[in-house]
Amino acid sequence: MPTMPERETAGLRARVDFDIVSENIDEGAKVLDVGCGDGTLLGHLVSNKRVKARGIEIDEENVLSCVNKGLSVLQGDIDEGLNEHYKDNSFDYVIALRTVQVVLNPKESIDEMLRIGKKAIISFPNFAHFRVRFGLLFKGRMPKNRLLPYDWYDTPNIHVLTIRDFIRFCNENGITIEKHFYLASLERRRTFLARIWPNFFAYFGLFLISRS
Amino acid sequence: MEKNDTSPGERYTPVTETRFYTFGDAKNPFVLTSGKTLFPITIAYETYGDPKNKHRAILVLHALTGDAHAAGYTREETEKAREEGREPKPGWWHTMIGPGKPIDTDTFFVICSNVLGGCRGTTGPSSIDPASGRPYGSLFPAITLRDMVNAQARLMDFLGIEKIFCIIGGSMGGIQALEWAISRPDRVRSVIPIACTVRHSAQNIAFYEVGRHAITSDLGYDGGDYYESEGPHRGLAMARMMAHITYMSEKSLQERFARRLQIHEASPEDEDFPQFQVNSYLMHQGSSFVDRFDANSYIVITRALDYYDISADFEDDLSQAFSGVDAEFLVISFSSDWHYPSRDSKTIVNALRANDIDVTYSDISTDWGHDSFLIKEVIDGKLGPLVHSFLNNLDRELADANHA
Repeated sequence: MPTMPERETAGLRARVDFDIVSENIDEGAKVLDVGCGDGTLLGHLVSNKRVKARGIEIDEENVLSCVNKGLSVLQGDIDEGLNEHYKDNSFDYVIALRTVQVVLNPKESIDEMLRIGKKAIISFPNFAHFRVRFGLLFKGRMPKNRLLPYDWYDTPNIHVLTIRDFIRFCNENGITIEKHFYLASLERRRTFLARIWPNFFAYFGLFLISRS
Repeated sequence: MEKNDTSPGERYTPVTETRFYTFGDAKNPFVLTSGKTLFPITIAYETYGDPKNKHRAILVLHALTGDAHAAGYTREETEKAREEGREPKPGWWHTMIGPGKPIDTDTFFVICSNVLGGCRGTTGPSSIDPASGRPYGSLFPAITLRDMVNAQARLMDFLGIEKIFCIIGGSMGGIQALEWAISRPDRVRSVIPIACTVRHSAQNIAFYEVGRHAITSDLGYDGGDYYESEGPHRGLAMARMMAHITYMSEKSLQERFARRLQIHEASPEDEDFPQFQVNSYLMHQGSSFVDRFDANSYIVITRALDYYDISADFEDDLSQAFSGVDAEFLVISFSSDWHYPSRDSKTIVNALRANDIDVTYSDISTDWGHDSFLIKEVIDGKLGPLVHSFLNNLDRELADANHA
């Protein structure tokens, strides 16, 4: 599986979604960040929320960055990382930011996250954003922009989804959406348009979910 | 981090000295796991750094054929090198241990000792049996990895080190580090097992059995009591040559030697079958090994490895074995290691996290195979920074905890 290029992990992740995650987890919680990158979010959560942090990350250099930050991280593939070795409800939160769309078996992964975690926080790029829709409709090309900077042949996004798809998935699988956040960009928390018509105007969906 | 240097003349650990600690007598013998007793026991060890940092002690455990001389230069070697007009050879982990190096002797007090059963100063089959005044030879009892760790623990007692800041080792050293963590959880603050396993696979046993067979079928072996003659040199060299292949990856052998021939040393019989470079490399590995290693030690230690199973006392349940462990772990494997493959380390990691133990795992991508932890390029590039970061963060945490 290709790893996230620098521009995505470093540039975009250190923004609003980190703050939202930080605001929505309890002080001192036990947290697993799946696909934790260079550990920026976990480091943030450790200093702001004193969480007990764990991470899983596929890239060797990122693992070293995490060790530099004093984080406990396992180098491994998410598709083999969340196995039976974690007991049920081992974590208060399992976080997977911009990760579900790159795994081999998203349903399996989400089920596992909700088994080993009491709650999960999941975010993903919304492929029904109007720019994506218009790009496909008028240009006839797969989406490529600042937030989805890949070509069709090198994208790690193998299971693309929309906000509506995810809500439907939760309903069909007995998953409760406790909170949702629709982000028009990663710099701005909320915009009017993204709130009234998220599946059209939100670039990202971020959900706090639990098993019903 | 500062780049490591191995060249003398620049910054290096000063001349080191191997010391000896002897304990055990007829009244208070060292009791082996088997119930047999052994006395006296001498342990060869070296220390690096300032003893005032004893509260930050790092115990370095060597691999199958290593010794207590982990870093710096011995006086004998320095003098010999000067006489022969060459650079002196430093200890086996000189790139890792020293001032400003990944295991920083400016911060930590570092100890390395030769294992029980070895032949580099610690009591082993080639040591004198006080009962007969002759080397133990065939009379040396079977020992286990736990016995080796028990002997190391006695050394730690002697040095006045109760809680060990970190235990680090590659290969057999890594397995012993795990044994330390499960048998003495109260004494271990952190563990860095590198390229190791929890038990030998059938393939591991098979390779070592062929090695032992090469030794015992050498006519010079003489049932193990060969100390007054030349000894099973051919068998021991053969055992080493074969084992060495398993420590290297196919790719590194290929890149280093391919099918190149050793043409400059052509002799009449070489005309039909000129020597491959890989042959002469292995021959050199074998013959230089014979000069520094005892065949009985090789048998005793490889047997201890073969019979060791970390979960043997825990109904074969690995996560049960780690259930009492109270240490932080940095587990490291090498992608091209086929002696103890990465999946063996993953097994350790999974058992640790099933017990909710703080563990970081990195599978270092390298072509150097099992022996990667000894390779300067790997240490400078990846292994060193990982170990350095882990140790220093832990040290900071500990300092913060003490202040709080």
